[in-house]
Amino acid sequence: MADAALNAAPGIARPAESTGGPLRRAWRKLVRNRAALIGGTIVLTFVLMALLAPLLPLADPLKSNFLAIRKPPSALHWFGTDELGRDQVSRLFFGAQASLLAGIVSVLIALGVGVPVGLAAGWYGGWIDAVISRITEALLACPFLILAIAFAAVLGPSLTNAMIAIGLSAVPIFIRLVRGQVISVKTEDFVEGARAVGVRDSVILFRHVAPNTLPPIVVQSTLFMAQAIILEAALSFLGLGQQPPSPSWGQMLNVAKNFMEQAPWMSVAPGVAIFLAVLGFNLLGDGLRDALDPKES
Amino acid sequence: MLALIGRRILIAIPTLFLVSLFVFALQRALPGDPFLVIAGEERDPEVIARLREIYRMDDPIVVQFFAWLGQVVQGDFGRSLRTGEPVLNLILQKLPVTIQLATASIIIAIGIGIPAGILAARRKGTMIDYSTSALALSGLSIPNFWLGIMMILLFSVELKLLPPSGYESIFSNPWAAIERLIMPAFVLGGGLAAFIMRHTRSAMLEVLRSDYIRTARAKGLDERKVVNKHALANALVPIITLSTLLFGELLAGAVLTEQIFTIPGFGKLIVDAVFNRDYGVVQGVVLCTAIGFIFMNLIADVLYVLVNPRLRTA
Repeated sequence: MADAALNAAPGIARPAESTGGPLRRAWRKLVRNRAALIGGTIVLTFVLMALLAPLLPLADPLKSNFLAIRKPPSALHWFGTDELGRDQVSRLFFGAQASLLAGIVSVLIALGVGVPVGLAAGWYGGWIDAVISRITEALLACPFLILAIAFAAVLGPSLTNAMIAIGLSAVPIFIRLVRGQVISVKTEDFVEGARAVGVRDSVILFRHVAPNTLPPIVVQSTLFMAQAIILEAALSFLGLGQQPPSPSWGQMLNVAKNFMEQAPWMSVAPGVAIFLAVLGFNLLGDGLRDALDPKES
Repeated sequence: MLALIGRRILIAIPTLFLVSLFVFALQRALPGDPFLVIAGEERDPEVIARLREIYRMDDPIVVQFFAWLGQVVQGDFGRSLRTGEPVLNLILQKLPVTIQLATASIIIAIGIGIPAGILAARRKGTMIDYSTSALALSGLSIPNFWLGIMMILLFSVELKLLPPSGYESIFSNPWAAIERLIMPAFVLGGGLAAFIMRHTRSAMLEVLRSDYIRTARAKGLDERKVVNKHALANALVPIITLSTLLFGELLAGAVLTEQIFTIPGFGKLIVDAVFNRDYGVVQGVVLCTAIGFIFMNLIADVLYVLVNPRLRTA
């Protein structure tokens, strides 16, 4: 009863929540969020799938078996075989490597370019901010996939180039996010205070301002992982990403669409895998947003 | 109001200039010599030299850029390297196909997204809210190209109810057009419905918490009237700004949807151009998309001010 009253009273934090730093509080909130836990579990499963793929007793994902062409699901081949007789389970596990790698590398590219540029725009303001903001707007003026297709066309079709294309097309989103955060943080009292006592600009920026921009970056990166997985699959589906015979979920769907009548099972597993991986990152991202938002109780 | 529109147009000009610079740089960065494609199999050096002259390739890069920009301003977006046809003509031919698909998708997206969002907000914390939100999140997580394949498998291959692909204009053969439009419109509109639903829900929740809604309820107004007349009108304001995002989502979604259902639209044009190394078309399509996007932003800004009187004096 008392617990319920405490929960209902706005502004009164539960004793358990008042202990520990903001990170511990966020972590507690995250593990209490059922949807985020489900998302985290899904993500972890796919990470394990990708990491353990070479160690598990799986069939060679690249080796054709002309005696097992387009076999429906069975005890021997749980998700059936493809047009070259390759085991779909094995290709799905190794495909997870391509999808997750695409997500991680493109997020790193987007962060590597977007964060420093966003920090510079937000911190220095003036003409630097004006120029960066106009360039960001120009890049944002093009839909994500079309921008990624344009980059992929320039770079040529391959998984590496698809990752670069996806990362580059997300750069303006991170620039805008970090810039906005820096602008709001740099007027805070603790920044003014640091300035007043003569702390150097670079120290204020990297030690005091940058860490405060982290929570939204973490959330956006998680949510962007979901988008990057879909984009990699989309580019591979269009033939602009992972090239045969190496497996990726999008590339598996690209092949499967040609055998819809003869081998419908070929389309099911890779699509479900993309859906679950994206759902996992979306749930985790939503949970992180709630956990890291100080306004959420 | 006019001053605001003028200001927005002025802001759009540098963005447009930078977009054109970006597209120009993209064209220059493309691998391979595009003139070898135009010159054909014989690759006659004289033809290549003449083409370089026409495209002013021997001029300094800045001169080339402004010469190209001058053409773009006059509506000349370049030519297809394959067919020699003006890119603008190609785009104008394909655009009605994509507009038909986009219109049907928007009808589905709004028809599902807004009522579902209102319902979830009104029943916050109930099973209806949870299941609608879960459905929306699933809708956002399903890759639309896979959903398309699954629908073809079910409705065309298994049940033989709908044709798996193709295009027909709604004006020439309405029934055949609708038959061919149902699946792609649902594939494209489904994800957008999820997007609209999530935004409508949060906008409605925000509005339903406000003082004037409490007052409307306190004076005994019928709940339906409170929601439909007072809350919805204000909740729709932020959704208007989504229209620009929706435009981008629609175009990107159309690229994949048209590919799956073999619809000869704008999206298929760019994918085919990439594979044919028809960089003139890729460049033209990217530029046209960006211009369309900036134009949509402008319209959304103006609409936002129109429906939100407080901003008119700002």
